[in-house]
Amino acid sequence: MTDVFETLPVVDEAADARLRARLVAAAERDGLLDVAYRTVDSPIGALLLAATEEGLVRVAFEREDRDAVLASLADAVSPRVLAAPARLDPVARQLDEYFTGGRRAFDVPLDLRLAKGFRRAVLAHLAEIPYGRTESYAEVAAAAGSPKAVRAVGTACATNPLPLVLPCHRVVRSDGSSGNYRGGEDAKRTLLTLEAA
Amino acid sequence: MRPFEQVVDTYGPVVLRVCRAVVGPVDAEDAWSETFLSALKAYPALPADANVEAWLVTIAHRKAVDVTRARARRAVPVEEPPEAAVRSGRPEDWDGDLWNALAKLPDKQRAAVVYHHLVGLPYQEVAEIVGGSTDAARRAAADGMKALRATYLEGAPA
Repeated sequence: MTDVFETLPVVDEAADARLRARLVAAAERDGLLDVAYRTVDSPIGALLLAATEEGLVRVAFEREDRDAVLASLADAVSPRVLAAPARLDPVARQLDEYFTGGRRAFDVPLDLRLAKGFRRAVLAHLAEIPYGRTESYAEVAAAAGSPKAVRAVGTACATNPLPLVLPCHRVVRSDGSSGNYRGGEDAKRTLLTLEAA
Repeated sequence: MRPFEQVVDTYGPVVLRVCRAVVGPVDAEDAWSETFLSALKAYPALPADANVEAWLVTIAHRKAVDVTRARARRAVPVEEPPEAAVRSGRPEDWDGDLWNALAKLPDKQRAAVVYHHLVGLPYQEVAEIVGGSTDAARRAAADGMKALRATYLEGAPA
């Protein structure tokens, strides 16, 4: 049987791009864009950036599975997740400046809802470690108010939802070696080298 | 629950085909946009086992009815389109010949043909969307296809 609809395009890329942009604009207007995301290139690989209406909620490394990151945002924040680059433009620009050496601190609204309790206290302290400096896990534990919680600091850094912007890469082992990093140890060394320059 | 972006990836193209076939080229993108904005709003409450495609087609059907009514309100009488559409064989001829043929069908027949033959929904689900019995949906689709064969597929290149 002849397919009546065979002349109707199965995929119309121009229309698709137009309609997605229109959907994002309407969703933003109506307060339905709960999670906007985009990816940016960087010297340590592609980064996925996601923001709620409150602020930046997640920075994910290339080695983290993109679909898994988006699925966990859908579960933890809202399934109303759309690729919507505009909301991430300021942080994308600041990351670019950071990687080219022209920026030492980030100035964008943050949404820390993915970190709770002590982990959140650790993240709050991370923002105070200056560019180019490092602290040991034990020093961070003391600064966050629980000197014995060294392992918990390690967990808080390993699960930091906003790496780079909240600089967990500046937390290193007391023997001076860089230690684990969500983005991989190579990425951590690259960042520490960049900031030492 | 899947991120809504994946719903757009998976079903955006088929919903655009549905909108184009049901409301025509001029209003299709408005209908698609209204459909996905409504779907985005309702999405968090959608049951986990829901048939997402049928759900989207149901929303698209309501938006198509809205768009058709709005068009009727602002309609200005125009000259009748040519009686018999002739297929040009161009891949883009859907917005000429195919739409000319679809536009001549009663709304219910056009909807039934699109939801069953384009989307692949069973007649029972088509009936739930357009209203009426499963048999009525089957008849509407059959009558619609018969009319399309006569007006559109007649003389089509083999």
